[in-house]
Amino acid sequence: MALFYNISMAAVIKNVFRAKNINLKLIMSHARTFCDAPKFPGAKTSWTEKLEISHAKPQDNLPVYRVLDREGNVIDSSHEPKLSEEVLKKMYRSMTLLSIMDNILYESQRQGRISFYMTNLGEEAAQIGSIAAMRDDDMVFGQYREAGVLVYRGMALDVFMNQCYGNNKDLGKGKQMPVHYGNKDLNFVTISSPLTTQLPQAVGAAYAFKRIKNNERAVITYFGDGAASEGDFHAALNFAATLECPILFFCRNNGYAISTPTYEQYRGDGIASRGPGYGIGAVRCDGNDVLAVYNTVQLARKYITEHCKPILVEAMTYRVGHHSTSDDSTAYRPKEEIGMWSTTENPIGKFKKYLVTRGLWSDQEEQQWTKEARTQILQSFNKAEKVPKPDWREMFEGVYESLTPDLKSQIEEMESHLKVYGANYPLESFKSS
Amino acid sequence: MAGFYTSCVVRSLNKQGFRQILNVHPAACSNVQNKRLLHFKYYPDTKPAKQGAETKKMNMFQAINNALDIAMENDETAVLFGEDVAFGGVFRCSVGLQDKYGNDRVFNTPLCEQGIAGFGIGVAVAGATSIAELQFADYMFPAFDQIMNEAAKYRYRSGGLFDCGKLTIRAPCSAVGHGAVYHSQSPEAYFAHTPGLKVAIPRGPITAKGLLMSCIQDPDPCIFLEPKVLYRTAEELVPQGDFVLPLGKAEVLLKGDNVTLIGWGTQIHVLLEVAEMAKQELKVNCEVIDLMSILPWDKDTVYESVKKTGRVIVAHEAPLTCGFGSELAASIQESCFLHLEAPVMRVTGFDTPFPHVFEPFYLPTKWRCIEAVKKVIAY
Repeated sequence: MALFYNISMAAVIKNVFRAKNINLKLIMSHARTFCDAPKFPGAKTSWTEKLEISHAKPQDNLPVYRVLDREGNVIDSSHEPKLSEEVLKKMYRSMTLLSIMDNILYESQRQGRISFYMTNLGEEAAQIGSIAAMRDDDMVFGQYREAGVLVYRGMALDVFMNQCYGNNKDLGKGKQMPVHYGNKDLNFVTISSPLTTQLPQAVGAAYAFKRIKNNERAVITYFGDGAASEGDFHAALNFAATLECPILFFCRNNGYAISTPTYEQYRGDGIASRGPGYGIGAVRCDGNDVLAVYNTVQLARKYITEHCKPILVEAMTYRVGHHSTSDDSTAYRPKEEIGMWSTTENPIGKFKKYLVTRGLWSDQEEQQWTKEARTQILQSFNKAEKVPKPDWREMFEGVYESLTPDLKSQIEEMESHLKVYGANYPLESFKSS
Repeated sequence: MAGFYTSCVVRSLNKQGFRQILNVHPAACSNVQNKRLLHFKYYPDTKPAKQGAETKKMNMFQAINNALDIAMENDETAVLFGEDVAFGGVFRCSVGLQDKYGNDRVFNTPLCEQGIAGFGIGVAVAGATSIAELQFADYMFPAFDQIMNEAAKYRYRSGGLFDCGKLTIRAPCSAVGHGAVYHSQSPEAYFAHTPGLKVAIPRGPITAKGLLMSCIQDPDPCIFLEPKVLYRTAEELVPQGDFVLPLGKAEVLLKGDNVTLIGWGTQIHVLLEVAEMAKQELKVNCEVIDLMSILPWDKDTVYESVKKTGRVIVAHEAPLTCGFGSELAASIQESCFLHLEAPVMRVTGFDTPFPHVFEPFYLPTKWRCIEAVKKVIAY
């Protein structure tokens, strides 16, 4: 229709209606609206003669979807996910196991037994709820605060501990800092420290999956609210939208990036509001409500696979622990704030109340499980500590698929050096070949 | 990031057809300088690169296009993407490929280099062959983090659980006569400092096809830098079908026993002319080596030559300080010390950004190179 509207057409309309004495202004306004749409290739839109600055309004902020109230009661029963007792208990056990493991490893770093650690405290529901709603063969690209994903997918405790110790049983062969887990069998791509680099990569993986015949796999990528400020976030969302990739962007908005509060991170409506700007649908949920996270991700996963389009999920939560073992978070936030989130707003507590109300969990079971989990973690931890680190020659492996002549000669150089100076190196803690 | 030059290219393409692309002066599309001034004479490869192979006359962009075509044909998982690759690319390297393989295999991405590199890594991590184009090597730097912190370290940091070995990143590089600051750079030294990457640079159509096909098949992430001035300048009889040249291997193009001249890319043609001049004017026999692979580089071939000649000149377009010539000079000095009759000389671009109107004075021209030959001989 727009194509037919031109100046001569306007003149014809004018003359016809002038002759019939009809309200010309009204007719012309209709003609403009319906026939005279802007033809700019950059946007499908309409004209306006009002000059206005477009502002995001606080009242339009995306609400936080929840299923449970603070007491663990289901608010609207039609939203209670139909999960078996077995799955619900697995979710709860994973959340608590993660938190017990965090406390033990955190303490062990304080004692100098491992070099570094990052806890997941306060974010257990966001991690477990989301991964429970994905398929086991969906590929995961994480940031570093997603150990719960691996716990839920059943990674053995030994595998966690071996990585933190970088011993010769570590799947990553002692190359990276603690908590940089990776697991091929569990479709969990190895973590790296540079923030947000995994996002465009996850989009690429989703694109490759999309091209596989009868593909049913999807990709989920996790990141924090701070990481979303990186250029790679922008790159990833725009690529995912334009190249139509089945990917779920899962943001853990926990209020802080190390010491930086979200007020200094962004001024829009969190991360979710950015989705529509890229043409990507967005959902915001209570990241401390494991059932809300589950429902959200289940819906999002269904959407991305059916439409082959991305979705942005923002789970609102709170980082209860310090950023890492190298950080004392009381230097930049009040203790009372931390206290509130670790007690009344605690995701594990909320879920426990729900399970207890439904008669699926009891204090007795809790005691027994906590004790059992603690014992298993400590056993595994002590075992990993005794395993020697890999042969130092492993340092040269994996730079390329096979050793280059230069790397071979550098190994020889180190061999001769150690023959003379070996006593000055911690060779005793490393496996010898 | 693709700048003004690109838009000029596209505009001139529409108006005047493909032949004009490299003739257009970036600062004045309407004031076309028709005379093209090359700072080198092109020496085509005349030896058959592959015995008995059927050959076809191709320029460098056609040879690259041919390599990409074969890679796409051989491997159903292979995808080719970047800014403006769908219509054939601003240098015509991907022309015809979208029609042949479909828009899910050959496609445009948004204009974002870090996205292209990151996306390319992800495709490779998922097990597919990933061929990314960055429009000019000058615009690789937004992708630098993805390339050096991610691509290069993927296999290492995961203990071999994951890798992005199926990734190849192509980018046009080096001087083009008038490319100025952001259409002329030779960034190989930045990547050479990054364990985990392989970096290769061809000198013409045959090496372009052979090295590119190797990069695509190689199990490690590769950076393939294409000297853009050669896209149309260079024509050779290119072997058809599957044809690879090994990575990490240099080639002795001219035998000589007085001085070793080492270079890569366009500079090889400058050095071949220098060798001719040296022979005629100075009665000096130069041995010319095309390094071809910057990382890993072929130490055996280089050391063998230097031990024979005792004199060596390294020449590259990139700036002197910390250019790849520095790595060569230091390594040669360490491994061939007793054979050296003169200090290792470097003839390179100056330690300035790549200039526009001063390009003729910036480049390591044959005159600067022949002067270096005189110096090492007289030392």
